[in-house]
Amino acid sequence: MRYDDPWYDALASGWGESAGAGVPVPADSSGRREYEAPVAAAADVYLEVQRSEAFQEVRSRYRRFVAPAAAGFFVWYLAYVVTATTAPGLMARPVAGAVNVAMVAGLGQFLTTFLLTWAYARHARLRRDRAALELRWDTQELTRGLRGGSS
Amino acid sequence: MTRDHQTLALLLFSAFVAVTLGITTWVSRHRQGSAEEFYAGGRLFSPMENGFAIAGDYMSAASFLGISGLIALFGYDGLLYSVGFLVAWLVVLFLVAELVRNCGRFTLADVVVSRMSERPVRIAAGTSSVTVSVLYLVAQMVGAGSLVGLLLGGSSGAAQSWTVIGVGALMVIYVSFGGMRATTWIQIVKAVLLLGGTVTLTALVLVRFRGDFDQLLLTAAERSGHGKAFLAPGLRYGEDWTARFDFISLGLALVLGTAGLPHILSRFYTVPTARAARRSVVWSIGLIGGFYLMTIVLGFGAAAIVGPDAVRGSNAAGNTAVPLLALDLGGGADSTGGTVFFAIVAAIAFATILAVVAGITLASSASVAHDLYASLRRRHAKPRSEVTVARTAAVGVGVVAIALGLLARDLNVAFLVGLAFAVAASANLPVLLYSLFWRGFTTRGAVWSVYGGLIPALALVVLSPVVSGSPESLFPGVDFQYFPLQNPGLVSIPLGFLAGWLGTVTSAELPDEAKHAETEVRSLTGAGAV
Repeated sequence: MRYDDPWYDALASGWGESAGAGVPVPADSSGRREYEAPVAAAADVYLEVQRSEAFQEVRSRYRRFVAPAAAGFFVWYLAYVVTATTAPGLMARPVAGAVNVAMVAGLGQFLTTFLLTWAYARHARLRRDRAALELRWDTQELTRGLRGGSS
Repeated sequence: MTRDHQTLALLLFSAFVAVTLGITTWVSRHRQGSAEEFYAGGRLFSPMENGFAIAGDYMSAASFLGISGLIALFGYDGLLYSVGFLVAWLVVLFLVAELVRNCGRFTLADVVVSRMSERPVRIAAGTSSVTVSVLYLVAQMVGAGSLVGLLLGGSSGAAQSWTVIGVGALMVIYVSFGGMRATTWIQIVKAVLLLGGTVTLTALVLVRFRGDFDQLLLTAAERSGHGKAFLAPGLRYGEDWTARFDFISLGLALVLGTAGLPHILSRFYTVPTARAARRSVVWSIGLIGGFYLMTIVLGFGAAAIVGPDAVRGSNAAGNTAVPLLALDLGGGADSTGGTVFFAIVAAIAFATILAVVAGITLASSASVAHDLYASLRRRHAKPRSEVTVARTAAVGVGVVAIALGLLARDLNVAFLVGLAFAVAASANLPVLLYSLFWRGFTTRGAVWSVYGGLIPALALVVLSPVVSGSPESLFPGVDFQYFPLQNPGLVSIPLGFLAGWLGTVTSAELPDEAKHAETEVRSLTGAGAV
């Protein structure tokens, strides 16, 4: 049974298996670009891709979103827990009806979690997925050419 | 509880067991016995299916019964506790799910060893994963035993022991015959049942108060006897500074521990791509967030409708708040509706425990077979198929869990869930984050960060009031308590990160630039992912 996802067709050798012990790569019928197989170790391929501008762009997009967002929710959660345990008086202040600051802050945690989840998924879908997929194909082509040439 | 409740609850529960055994047989028809199939279910689940399965793995009976019980007894502090369980998923979504899917195969150790010398790191990561799983497993097994006592009135020791043995036997059957595929389907069925039950009860509570949440809160506060204080923090975690630090420690462990739980990490390998892993986490955040929001309504509903005194009278920890609420919502103790509702809730709670223990057993059998056995077996020993070892390991884990569950039957093990999260946060998360994001990380750093989190976490618990020195301790008769907090996270999580850093800067090994490049490229693009 084939899974109907373009990424799934590209099974490469297992992670952690030493080079050379790799499983033969299944034939791939999708249109592939031809590379002049570079006579280099697989390690150089990854170093080369890592230094490439396209990869640096994907990485910095990922980091520019994740670093502030992760720091933000972590500080917000810690501030919430510390305030709730050490300053119950502040948290008990009424806002409207039976709802007090604590209730607003608690439900605010739920809300920010949902919002950040949505923002992250959207950012990844629009800003990263396409570039990452292209890099994946290119990298796999490079390592494949290598394996074909050396064996 | 009357006979009717018991008969109906047992009937429903038997139906669930029959369905799950049916699933196990059905999925193992065309079994090929590959590791891919056993650990990762062939990696062919859809994001939605996996999202439900993750939610099923995560929402334990401790959440369903425990958190709403806490809210029913202590009001706001129960809500405070539940927030950590949800916010933790942002760590998983942002930093772990996609990257782990891209560069791992089956376990946590797979991600780390890609950059390190294999053997010591596998042994370390395998040991801590098994430790986390066993702690979590024993908490669930003992919970299952006491649940039987609570819900079916059979508080005799024999009924509890047989429950622990029965749950253990079932989880071994699911895992060793059905592998990941059966376990995942059982999680999905359970998640649907649990969410269905929770939605129904929540709707009934809201209908009772005509949709007026404010009125619900006011009634709950009034009946609690604490007045407005019931709706503000402090009744449970604010007594003194020890209690406050204890809760901060627990909160930290919850938020950072989820991303290090082995049975959660292994779920990301059941989908084909990192994008699918991300979408399954988005699904699960929606489901889990909705679930915790509903437990808040159920908790305050139980306080308002049943009343904290009746809840406390049935079980001091509040674990029967939701079943009692269901009884009331259905029409009271003597009505058919009440009987049916009570039985359904009891059966859902059992189903929850069974599914959760199956997930943990599978993850720990993967750690034993894929990490520990593969690294520790003698070089010249006859090679066995890894899946055979994993099936045997599942039986072994089951036997250990049953034995510990029976030994701990009458002990107060409520701290174990928090401890499992603390160990996961101190031993598993630092090594995972360092190896994904730190260019200079070395083998020694990896080994130190695992043991540097694991050993302090366990040692501090041994020296804490949960083991000795207070009337509620495991060993109330002796006193070797030197650490004041029940949860070690506040100290052991920074220690885990510190040890990893220290091990790295003191090691003579030069970090391998090429291996780091490979990890970074693979984790962000998915090149060469299995």
